Amino acid sequence: MSKLAEVHATSALTADALAALRRAGFSRRSFLKGTGALIVTFSMESMLGSSLAQGQEAFEGATPAVELDSWIAIGADGSVTAYTGKAEIGQGISTAQTQLVAEELCVPFSRVNLIACDTAKTPDQGVTSGSQSHPTNFNQGNLALAGATARQALLEMGAKQLGVPVEQLTAADGEIRVKSDASKKASYGQLIGGKKFNLTLDKNAKRKPASEWTVLGTAARRPDMPAMVTGQFEFAHNVRLPGMLHGRVVRPPAVGATVMSVDEGSVEGMPGLVKVVVKKNFVGVVAEKPWQATQAAKKLSVNWSPGAGLPNHDNFYEYLRNQKSTRDTLLVNSKDVEQKLGEAATVLKATYYHPYQMHGSMGSSCAVADVQGDKAILYSPTQAVWHQRSAAAMLLGLKPENVQVIFRRGSGCYGLNGADAVTYDAALLSQAVGKPVRVQLTRQEEMAWENYGFPYVMDERAGLDAQGNIIAWDHESWSAVLGNRPGYNTPGNVITGYLAGFPPEPFRPRSPAPEPTAFNNNSNGVPSYVAGNVGGMARGTGTVKSERALTHNIASPFWTGPLRSPARLQNTFAHESFMDELAAHAKADPVEFRLRHLSHPRMIGVVKAAAVKANWAPRPSPQSGMRRTGTVTGRGIACVAYEGGNGYAALVAEVEVNQDTGNVSVKRLVVSNDSGPISNPDGLRNQAEGGALQGTSRALMEEVTWDNEKVTSIDWKTYHSLPVGFDLPTIDVELLNRPDEPAAGAGETSITVVAAAIGNAICDATGARIRQIPFTPERVKAALASRT
Amino acid sequence: MSAITLKVNGRSHTLDLDPTTPLLYALTDDLALRGPKFGCGLGQCGACTVIVNGQTVRSCNKPVSGFAGADITTLEGIGTMDKPHPLQKAFIEEQAAQCGFCLSAAILTAKVFLDKKPKPTEPEIQQAMSRILCRCFTSLRMLRAISRASKEIAR
Repeated sequence: MSKLAEVHATSALTADALAALRRAGFSRRSFLKGTGALIVTFSMESMLGSSLAQGQEAFEGATPAVELDSWIAIGADGSVTAYTGKAEIGQGISTAQTQLVAEELCVPFSRVNLIACDTAKTPDQGVTSGSQSHPTNFNQGNLALAGATARQALLEMGAKQLGVPVEQLTAADGEIRVKSDASKKASYGQLIGGKKFNLTLDKNAKRKPASEWTVLGTAARRPDMPAMVTGQFEFAHNVRLPGMLHGRVVRPPAVGATVMSVDEGSVEGMPGLVKVVVKKNFVGVVAEKPWQATQAAKKLSVNWSPGAGLPNHDNFYEYLRNQKSTRDTLLVNSKDVEQKLGEAATVLKATYYHPYQMHGSMGSSCAVADVQGDKAILYSPTQAVWHQRSAAAMLLGLKPENVQVIFRRGSGCYGLNGADAVTYDAALLSQAVGKPVRVQLTRQEEMAWENYGFPYVMDERAGLDAQGNIIAWDHESWSAVLGNRPGYNTPGNVITGYLAGFPPEPFRPRSPAPEPTAFNNNSNGVPSYVAGNVGGMARGTGTVKSERALTHNIASPFWTGPLRSPARLQNTFAHESFMDELAAHAKADPVEFRLRHLSHPRMIGVVKAAAVKANWAPRPSPQSGMRRTGTVTGRGIACVAYEGGNGYAALVAEVEVNQDTGNVSVKRLVVSNDSGPISNPDGLRNQAEGGALQGTSRALMEEVTWDNEKVTSIDWKTYHSLPVGFDLPTIDVELLNRPDEPAAGAGETSITVVAAAIGNAICDATGARIRQIPFTPERVKAALASRT
Repeated sequence: MSAITLKVNGRSHTLDLDPTTPLLYALTDDLALRGPKFGCGLGQCGACTVIVNGQTVRSCNKPVSGFAGADITTLEGIGTMDKPHPLQKAFIEEQAAQCGFCLSAAILTAKVFLDKKPKPTEPEIQQAMSRILCRCFTSLRMLRAISRASKEIAR
């Protein structure tokens, strides 16, 4: 193994640790394979990063997740290094994971160095997504279990060394101490420092109970913050390798356009130009400097075929509903819905519409690739380094074991933004020139070609009995999909892989849907108020026994993928808006009406908590005696069991509606959140607040638009986002701590309920129901005008 | 290519550049600064904000040739991890970031604003921050941090 490869493989360690490793002749990989010494210390250096050019080393498969040494290493100085497969994408999970390790190992927060998402060092934990990091690493498994197993092992080692039974020992501040005589002790460094545990994770290792926490559960500050606010933090955008060149891509001018010819002569002699790269429909340029690459990409003459044509934006929802080739899924089906609806005193129907929306990351995506010969090192803001290792290997025609992917934070991602695509861009261009290449997309490339959040048409139908109770609920939706996360073997699921000749995962029509055999909430396709009775077990969160939820997917003309609360937000917008329509018909208070139809105690808990915090006064909605002109105010509530039970939230929105202009001003948002035990209250609050505001932006102004051949929402003038200082609501967050429940998702709860709560508040204020996102002034005015 | 001297964070640098190169590229590529970021390249979001002669400038779409000899300050230039500017300190106190990509926009825009208006009202702070984006929507914490910093500076 070369010195350079060794340095690459340990680039997140401190200079001291690196020097020590090099002296000892060990990398992280060789440490895990052998029994040798590993000396690690921690300083801010690891936040700042250091990235060096590649050497030649084969990188093998993932460190085995069952081995304790894959997760935790203790240095001779007692410092703790933890390895995780869950990345910091701005959501604060690094801080919480550091707290977790410090807590389980009984060391101060500052003594733990967390290394995340590097295929040469960390376990394969799949994707950092779906609000899965908290449940995956904070329950009885993975990182938490590693911490508990290590503490137990250290206690046993201490017992042996001190000649005292484990029961008489305690772990504190990086030492094993005799409870009755604190002078008798052994430090972790003495017990294991620099050596392997050689243990598998113990499923029965005893976690520290929340009642004993001193680090976890506190508002530990983010250790990356000082570097971020002073401009020292290394984002993927800041990775610089020796000899690095700069690439730019040339995307098709229209959806479906293909390369007919490329006139390389059009850029001949441009200063700094290194190469024009064409691989099927992938086109890019490499130059010595980024501005040179930008100019060359602009000037390069490419003859493209006409695009495939796009469905008309103005009646896209009709198109969506009427496609003949669909993939149908039945989530619940009690088979008595039509009968019960026939017996109902009243049947209500409504249709809701949600547009394609985008991640719209603040920075356009950026990556650095170093592909030389049959080896590749990729510095990527991907949410899935291990997946990318395999998928990029396919794209490059390399062996996966010859590809290393090192996570570097990108601009806040909120899901599948351009991170994977731009890493492929950099990899293809680097491979073509045999040198490290950095690519940052333009704003237009980011916005026109990312994997958008799904569009939806959602029909809701429910029956009320004479007392205004819901007796049957039918939900049917139509959505569009193309591509997805690339996973291990589908690079064509994002634009670059597709342009380079790889197909996206195929659309597999299936109609009619098979009967459900096991309960599947399927991204909140199942309304919260039904029993969810499948296979004899009621797994839903509500009381309504007569239930059907049927979804249809069609092939999307645009790339789609997970966008913060994918499908869950859209479905919840429909369910929770419709719930208010039902409550209004029953002349019931919307909170009382929800509580009447919920069975799950944690759902009931968040609804009550939000109502109390918001000083909710029970009364039917819309309010009576409202004015039909001028500015009026209203309030609305919505709630969700995220994915049916991975976190719970309710939100009360208070809005002001200007009935002359149609402008909606959100004045206050009150969020209640239950994500199980609170690992870091300030981090959780930050997520709840950010989610509430991002949800507001999405509800009020965000929509992807297109003409007959291309996307037209390609910058911040054509795709709107709520600015930092513009007409912001106050936000109150009520955190419900459930130390005895499993750790649950925390990053996507509040955002899921915002649109419905705002829509319900608008209706409360004005009597006008708006069933289409975003709630633009024009749409609000149209709804106001159609009031009877 | 032509030689241009840029004065950045108090130090002079002579660079050989295409004069049409945007200032941002010179700062992040030639000088390897990490504070200013490429967000949109259109001057719309603010991620590339720097301070030039006391005014905020969106550096992503302005040719470097216009900045010869000007006094340019980036996020790195107003404070360090050891000695943060009161605004940087306040952003840490309020934990006013998520991904952190927009911090040049938030902190430098606030700095120029507070330099001109040391004791602002809350609506004035909001107004000053109404042309920058944060897609993590850490907005309220940022406004609180600016308010906190203004009080700290006034003391």
